[in-house]
Amino acid sequence: MIKILKYMRKQDWLLAFVATLFTVTRVFFDLRLPEYMKQITEIVKTEGSSMSAILSAGGWMLLSALGSFVATVVVVVLSARVASCFARRLRILQFDSVTSFSMEEINRFSTASLITRSTNDITQVQMYLAIVIRIMIAAPITAGWAIVKITNQGAPEWSIAMTVAVVVLLIMISVIFAFAMPRFRRIQKLTDNINRIIREHLIGIRVVRAYNAQSYQEAKFENANEELTHNNLTARRIMIILNPGMGIVMNGLSIAIYWIGAILIDAAGAADKIILFSSMIVFMNYAMQIVMSFMRLSMLFAMAPRVAVSANRIQEVIETQPTILDGTLVESPMDTETEIEFRDVSFRYPDGADDILKNISFKAKKGETIAFIGSTGSGKSTLLNLVSRFYDATQGDVLIGGTNVKEYKQEALHLKFGYVPQTAFLFSGNIGDNIAYGDTTCGVDSHDLVNDAASVAQINEFIDSLPDRFESPVARGATNLSGGQKQRISIARAVYRDPDIYLFDDAFSALDYKTDKALRQALNERTKNATTLIVAQRIGTIRDADKILVLDEGRLVGMGTHTELMKTCRVYQEIALSQLSMEELAS
Amino acid sequence: MSQKEYKIGDNRDLQRPSRMGGGRGGVGRPPEKPKNFKKTIKQLLAYTRTEWVPIIAAFVTAAVGAVLSLFGPRRLAAIVDVIEDGMKSAIDRSLISKLIIGLIIIYGVSAILNYAQNFFMTTVAQVISKRMRRDVADKIDKVPINYFNKISYGDILSRVTNDVDGLSEALNQGIASIGSSITLFFGSLAMMLIANVWMALTAVGITLIGFIFMTLIIRASRKYFVSQQRDLGEMNGHVEEIYAGHNIVRAYNGEKKARKTFDNINERLRVSAFRSQALSAMMMPIMFLVGNLGFVAVCVTGGILVLRGDIQFGVIVAFMMYIRLFSHPLQDFAQVATRLQSATAASERVFEFLNEDEMEDESGKTKRLIDVKGALEFRNVRFRYEGMDKDVINDFSAWAKPGQKIAIVGPTGAGKTTMVNLLMRFYEIEHGSITIDGVDIQEITREEVRSQICMVLQDTWLFEGTIRENIIYNKEGVKDYEVIQACEAVGLHHFLDTLPDGFDTVLGDEMNLSAGQKQQITIARAMIENAPILILDEATSSIDTRTELIIQKALDKLMGGRTSIIIAHRLSTIKNADVILVMKDGDIIERGSHEELMALDGFYAGMYNSQFEKVA
Repeated sequence: MIKILKYMRKQDWLLAFVATLFTVTRVFFDLRLPEYMKQITEIVKTEGSSMSAILSAGGWMLLSALGSFVATVVVVVLSARVASCFARRLRILQFDSVTSFSMEEINRFSTASLITRSTNDITQVQMYLAIVIRIMIAAPITAGWAIVKITNQGAPEWSIAMTVAVVVLLIMISVIFAFAMPRFRRIQKLTDNINRIIREHLIGIRVVRAYNAQSYQEAKFENANEELTHNNLTARRIMIILNPGMGIVMNGLSIAIYWIGAILIDAAGAADKIILFSSMIVFMNYAMQIVMSFMRLSMLFAMAPRVAVSANRIQEVIETQPTILDGTLVESPMDTETEIEFRDVSFRYPDGADDILKNISFKAKKGETIAFIGSTGSGKSTLLNLVSRFYDATQGDVLIGGTNVKEYKQEALHLKFGYVPQTAFLFSGNIGDNIAYGDTTCGVDSHDLVNDAASVAQINEFIDSLPDRFESPVARGATNLSGGQKQRISIARAVYRDPDIYLFDDAFSALDYKTDKALRQALNERTKNATTLIVAQRIGTIRDADKILVLDEGRLVGMGTHTELMKTCRVYQEIALSQLSMEELAS
Repeated sequence: MSQKEYKIGDNRDLQRPSRMGGGRGGVGRPPEKPKNFKKTIKQLLAYTRTEWVPIIAAFVTAAVGAVLSLFGPRRLAAIVDVIEDGMKSAIDRSLISKLIIGLIIIYGVSAILNYAQNFFMTTVAQVISKRMRRDVADKIDKVPINYFNKISYGDILSRVTNDVDGLSEALNQGIASIGSSITLFFGSLAMMLIANVWMALTAVGITLIGFIFMTLIIRASRKYFVSQQRDLGEMNGHVEEIYAGHNIVRAYNGEKKARKTFDNINERLRVSAFRSQALSAMMMPIMFLVGNLGFVAVCVTGGILVLRGDIQFGVIVAFMMYIRLFSHPLQDFAQVATRLQSATAASERVFEFLNEDEMEDESGKTKRLIDVKGALEFRNVRFRYEGMDKDVINDFSAWAKPGQKIAIVGPTGAGKTTMVNLLMRFYEIEHGSITIDGVDIQEITREEVRSQICMVLQDTWLFEGTIRENIIYNKEGVKDYEVIQACEAVGLHHFLDTLPDGFDTVLGDEMNLSAGQKQQITIARAMIENAPILILDEATSSIDTRTELIIQKALDKLMGGRTSIIIAHRLSTIKNADVILVMKDGDIIERGSHEELMALDGFYAGMYNSQFEKVA
């Protein structure tokens, strides 16, 4: 957990140091209070003292109280400042780290987990840091200083009593935590269990009802519920010993101090009695301060494990190096006819047992349309991801313009592509911004370009029907648009760039047949000079491609035109047969 | 097979972060307000009525414990007085011993009472939360299915966990402490007044001033907490969007733009976090200041009074403790109000769900179907979904003889799945009738209807458990060989042979199945259920066409001897059905076999041909 502090900026360290100085000031004032009280006690106990003496001591006391207040306020403000700046810094580091990730890292962490890491985990660390600065630093200073003052009060018996109290307190707290903490830690797991069962039930609500399996689900839930309740009860019943336990220690300590005091005063000579009496009153105060300090410290330690988990999770993200490293080239040094080439490419996920792609080689010339077909899991999408360098090939080379993709600057590489993913992703904002996404130039003609892209993607009619047209809002998650509309806007985004290479990852299956057809017609004209890679499921979508590559379990099992493959490739025939009947294919 | 695509229970949309901002109930955070406080409180009281005895016991022990703790300072003061008195001569040791023993008893008993009170309340809180969770879970089975169209899963999940936790937390932490707080507040006030009026007034005055100050700060900080929550929410939304659309951001070089928006939100969040944290943490110095001021006031006025001979020194000692006992309940009052409010808000959400309309009770329907052949008839069925202004089904009549295959095709929104929903009685029919073997499905219970039907849906539903458990599901007395037979029939056995644990392989996050394998398991489940009627609702739509060939074989086995209703948008799947019903906008526009419909050259033929059309 401490390691994460290395991300704190120098000026924040400085502020934290200043906060420490103010903490010392505060403790100084806090511990002055009992001394004035001792003065007052002595004044009161000395015959013939004047009222003004009490008032002046009281005045000093008041000043000390205010001094402590001011110092604490400064500490509070500084701690909030340091913590919030630290949180901002962590968020930036994490965000930059994640945006540099490749898909491999994103998948490793999972999006949901990355989000919690950037928000909840950081909030945890931020709150804890503030508390540490406010309390953690003050506690040992107070305890140490008060112990020094106490020893000066003479009578070692009192010190012994206090030491015993602190030791008892610490033992009690550690025993309680030792028993309760593991159970508290289990709560999350058991709650997740409950969540999972309910979620299963909700997702499968139609199945559950269709099978009349309600009581089956309920029994499952009841088990988890019982387990959670039992665990919580035990954990809490142990934890609630803490409060009365601390009461016993503190009250026991005050009894002990008075009892010891009584014996000491009784035994002392007349002259020492007043001093001993006032010392006793002061000692009480110091002792309470010390015990409280230890209590606060132990509470902070109890919170620590949870925060440590958060801190580790944050650090993990920040320190993860992207597996995909940037190259240096901005433009291909060669002028080749071949736009894209795969040379004996294999790919396997880092934790995967098998290759997803095995020894794939092919070439795509400028302006050609290459299609990929195969069953789910045959590696079609992965192949596109290698072109755009979302992943790097495990073996072999992927070349664009005769140059290995790894040698390009990623920004320059991505500029060549118009990429359309399987599931359309839109950003919140408006439709126009989504189509022109990634265009930093924002030229004068950008509006025409947006319009043009929309009409190629067959979405212009829909947009025209909206009152705000391209300024129409897109909700977060694009929940206000249908799947087909999203997909077409996502296609318009690719068209807008007018890229050298189009990458369509099964982008047409969300469209109905009619729109699919119209769109492909419009695209065909548009992409005449561009190289197009299409992953598809429907034979109809790809049968005009210049080259069709058939993949089966990561292997290239056929390459050619539709007619060629129908004659030579068994897998392709099977796919085609499952979609069309013999006669239809022949026609 | 695909490594990444399919994971059981991977439902990202459900993981929407609940209640942002980590740790609940920080000081100064504005409590969520219930919409109807009175009504909810009443309901909450009614709901907790079974736990009366321990709740009252908790209140009583809290109050008694408070009274005891009031006597503590008096005793301590008495000890100090005895010591003070004895300073001139000798201290009365036996009196001190007596006082101390009394004190030990007082403290001991009050510690026990304190534990008892917490014990009662903790138990009550847990028992109630358990009951509430169970009631929510049970309720899921009682509401009509259309309820789930209106509400997100995350919403219900958050009620089962967050809201129930929130309520239990509030019950744990504090409701009972009201008892002790009230006792302490008035008790210590009375004790102070008895001990010395002037000192009491000083102490109370200063504490109240401090308290007012504190309240003002809480008010002021609320605003910043609200804006912090808002900024956090915005941060969460932006980060979620960028992370989820990561590949688009990368492919379109959108990093810089995203970073700019991020920086904006981040800075705003820093400022609001700073303000809310600084202000809420301000409570601490103010409380200290109030404590210290009280301390000073007690010392000075006490000192003067002692000097004048009005009081003994012990009174000062007692006051130093009373002032603490007095200010504690004040803080408690402020917090209890907040807790009560958030507890009500939390339980309101739970009750809202528990109060939802339930499906009609059918315990009066005793009619049973025996030896069902599987004749189905829909007669003049008309239906509209709640809140829609148009019928989904206009006037639907169709029938199937036992063992026939009926296919329903048509564009999205034509009402295909609605027919299934009506047959399964997920929705209740409004006009017309549906009969199984001539018996109207309204005359028998939903359970009875559903036990005649097995169903395979587009979205395969598997739960965390072994493959065997997933196949057998809730069917009782299924023999191992039956499971094996089902797996062989659906073509799963080869796959299962490759798994080290075979049938007992646990399906979970680590176990990745392809879409096809998942569908095979649900088909096996339907086989085990072995009902006379079968519904296939887009059962092969999310599977690529080649895998579909394998699945189709399994489905053909399953359809054997059963009356089947097949819904599909991929027309190749339904070509060999006995009757094809073409639906459009809630009407059957064409019906007949594939060949008949093709010959008709109507809507069906058009749809069928457009599948394969070439792009010119």
